[in-house]
Amino acid sequence: MPAETASETVSVTGWGRTAPSAARLIRPRSYEEAVGAVRGCGARGGIPRGLGRAYGDAAQNAGGAVFDMTGLDRVHAIDAADGTVLCDAGVSLHRLMEVLLPLGWFVPVTPGTRYVTVGGAIGADIHGKNHHGSGSFSRHVLSLELLTADGSVRTVGHGTPLFDATAGGMGLTGVILTATVRLQPVETTYMAVDTERASDLDDLMARLTATDHLYRYSVAWIDLLARGAATGRAVLTRGDHAPLAALPARARSAPLSFRPSRLPPAPAFVPEGLLTRRTVGLFNKVWYRKAPRARTGELQRLSAFFHPLDGVPHWNRVYGRSGFVQYQFVVGHGEEDALRRIVGRIARRRCPSFLAVLKRFGEADPGWLSFPRPGWTLALDIPAALPGLGAFLDELDEEVAAADGRVYLAKDSRLRPDLLTAMYPRVDDFRALRAELDPRGVFVSDLARRLSL
Amino acid sequence: MKDAFGLPQSLLVLGGTSEIALATARRLIARRTRTVCLAGRPSPALESAAADLRALGADVRTVAFDALDPESHETVLGKVFAEGDIDLVLLAFGVLGDQAHDERDPVAAVRVAQTNYTGAVSSGLVAARALQSQGHGSLVVLSSVAGERARRANFIYGSSKAGLDAFAQGLGDALHGTGVHVMVVRPGFVRSKMTAGLAEAPLATTPEAVAAAVELGLRRRSETVWVPGVLRVVMSALRHVPRAVFRRLPV
Ligand SMILES: Cc1cc2nc3c(=O)[nH]c(=O)nc-3n(C[C@H](O)[C@H](O)[C@H](O)COP(=O)(O)OP(=O)(O)OC[C@H]3O[C@@H](n4cnc5c(N)ncnc54)[C@H](O)[C@@H]3O)c2cc1C
Ligand SMILES: NC(=O)c1ccc[n+]([C@@H]2O[C@H](COP(=O)([O-])OP(=O)(O)OC[C@H]3O[C@@H](n4cnc5c(N)ncnc54)[C@H](OP(=O)(O)O)[C@@H]3O)[C@@H](O)[C@H]2O)c1
Repeated sequence: MPAETASETVSVTGWGRTAPSAARLIRPRSYEEAVGAVRGCGARGGIPRGLGRAYGDAAQNAGGAVFDMTGLDRVHAIDAADGTVLCDAGVSLHRLMEVLLPLGWFVPVTPGTRYVTVGGAIGADIHGKNHHGSGSFSRHVLSLELLTADGSVRTVGHGTPLFDATAGGMGLTGVILTATVRLQPVETTYMAVDTERASDLDDLMARLTATDHLYRYSVAWIDLLARGAATGRAVLTRGDHAPLAALPARARSAPLSFRPSRLPPAPAFVPEGLLTRRTVGLFNKVWYRKAPRARTGELQRLSAFFHPLDGVPHWNRVYGRSGFVQYQFVVGHGEEDALRRIVGRIARRRCPSFLAVLKRFGEADPGWLSFPRPGWTLALDIPAALPGLGAFLDELDEEVAAADGRVYLAKDSRLRPDLLTAMYPRVDDFRALRAELDPRGVFVSDLARRLSL
Repeated sequence: MKDAFGLPQSLLVLGGTSEIALATARRLIARRTRTVCLAGRPSPALESAAADLRALGADVRTVAFDALDPESHETVLGKVFAEGDIDLVLLAFGVLGDQAHDERDPVAAVRVAQTNYTGAVSSGLVAARALQSQGHGSLVVLSSVAGERARRANFIYGSSKAGLDAFAQGLGDALHGTGVHVMVVRPGFVRSKMTAGLAEAPLATTPEAVAAAVELGLRRRSETVWVPGVLRVVMSALRHVPRAVFRRLPV
């Protein structure tokens, strides 16, 4: 038997800091310890956790065990010729960038923060600004090793049912121990970025539809406090990795250096209690005005382009004690009216929401509970203390479900359970696979309890 | 599980016919609550309360529970928790008693104390332990402004609520960091069957208003809630009124 792994009972929340629950936090330092933790986790089961960047209750397990996987964080092998990496699931994308960029490789998909683990990236099947061309994270995962409920470790290859249940499976099929990931070659750590303004939502959708395919990365920051004719006005930033030739001479000596600063390059510090409609509205307005109407080929640091919020550690605390909710949904192509209605409702409702993000998704990947599907996705942060927010979001859910859309489980903390099946039609397959693979229900989370996953 | 706004999916009411509790249950069912257990003394009123909530779409059952029988609490409540997690326990039972009569009938007075205080100590501890082992949940305790400072006119009830209130606060502190949230609710005069026929006190309110305050308190994870909210200020002033004046106040 492996030695008992240290554990302590702590209160756990997601990034949104809502609905805390208590769990025994266990931090395995070896695969054997991980196996021991899963075997001995007790009646209320366990759930793997990475860096806790999921907004809601996905990596919480009230009364049971939470396996903190960040103690298993070794990069085992890099194939610098072929562009693959084999690493522990507890490795962060930040660490991977530090290791890989000097070799001329980049992660295939990055979310809006580098502080997520490879396990969390697969568990939520995350997407990035390149989804329209590159799909979600799991598309680039060749295989993984999964510690399942019976305490055995299986090698799970891309394209198998267990892989598709695990990609986006929110940690409920087992603990991912390692993954082999295909990488993206880069010549520099700079981005060549085109910026343009869109005057309203229709203008924005038209621009994204017409020219997204010309860019590897594309996203629009949308001002949801603008109303009337300006509803949905936005700033598009799109671009690609800058080739060596695009760098000025002085930068060419160290084109692959990666030293992101932690000083805030983007949204300055916001004291608690200042997140009112007025201040947020003002911020959004200034920010929209200061963006260039059109600018092409601007060189930006990779971190500034992908992870502006990472410059401000613990920015999630500005929402105070009640925390905040991130609402992210997708509706399909052809459901533009639903998107217009929802954006209109949010704007009329005057939610004090900082810049929200709109993106056009490309082809879906096969993960059973994977979020992305072709269409339009919108993500916005809202303080949980906002009166009536719960009922308001329920109404938006109805619109989303009616438009054949879905909300993102990695961001969710409040979805009405009876809408789940409409949003994720393969949830029954997921439940059936879990019933067979994990008959005693070893893997369970607050999210799973809340939505009966 | 509770959602980001503290709204429960499952609810256990201790004192299943309480008008305040039923107003709260209706409000929560309209949001997220799907399963309700009404624990109380068996009666047609308890069954019809269950039927009313069922009509709103919830899955409702009743269990026999008597605050005055603490020996049974472990078994009765143990069974309820064994069937599944409870996200919210609403401790709502209580009796007002008849002060004038009870002053002359100490056995009756003790019954008020035993229902409101020791009955709550026992069932509160049983519920707290169960919540703690599931690692989440809220325990909402209906205390009263009457417990803030006992008045000449109803100090038997008032003292029982003072005991309950102090107990619930201490329990909340004991459970801090365990994932369990204890919220003490202090309503003023509420128009319910408990107060039927009594002269209304100033700032009288309704079971629905208490329910709304409970929902807000859950969202904010408050530890203390006054209904109506101004009572917080009123009572903190009354607290400091000298005894000689206080006993003459017409409240
Ligand atoms: C500022 C910010 C920006 C973001 N931007 C994006 C974005 O652009 N696109 C996007 O898709 N997401 C985005 N996210 C969400 C984030 O990428 C996901 O929630 C991701 O899962 C977080 O990874 P984590 O390591 O923190 O995992 P956690 O939050 O700890 O866990 C998330 C899920 O993964 C599971 N999990 C974790 N480790 C393992 C493992 N080893 N084995 C099995 N399952 C595991 C957990 O059980 C849980 O269900 C953003 C989050 C933040 C805070
Ligand atoms: N109404 C007010 O003005 C007011 C103000 C402040 C605080 N409160 C408190 O709020 C709570 C609810 O009051 P309410 O206004 O809703 O009054 P209510 O409708 O009279 O409810 C009181 C409840 O207590 C139950 N009960 C009494 N003795 C019991 C026992 N031995 N075992 C189990 N249950 C018992 C009653 O059940 P039966 O049906 O079996 O009798 C009833 O369900 C009480 O604790 C009360 O003290 C009320």
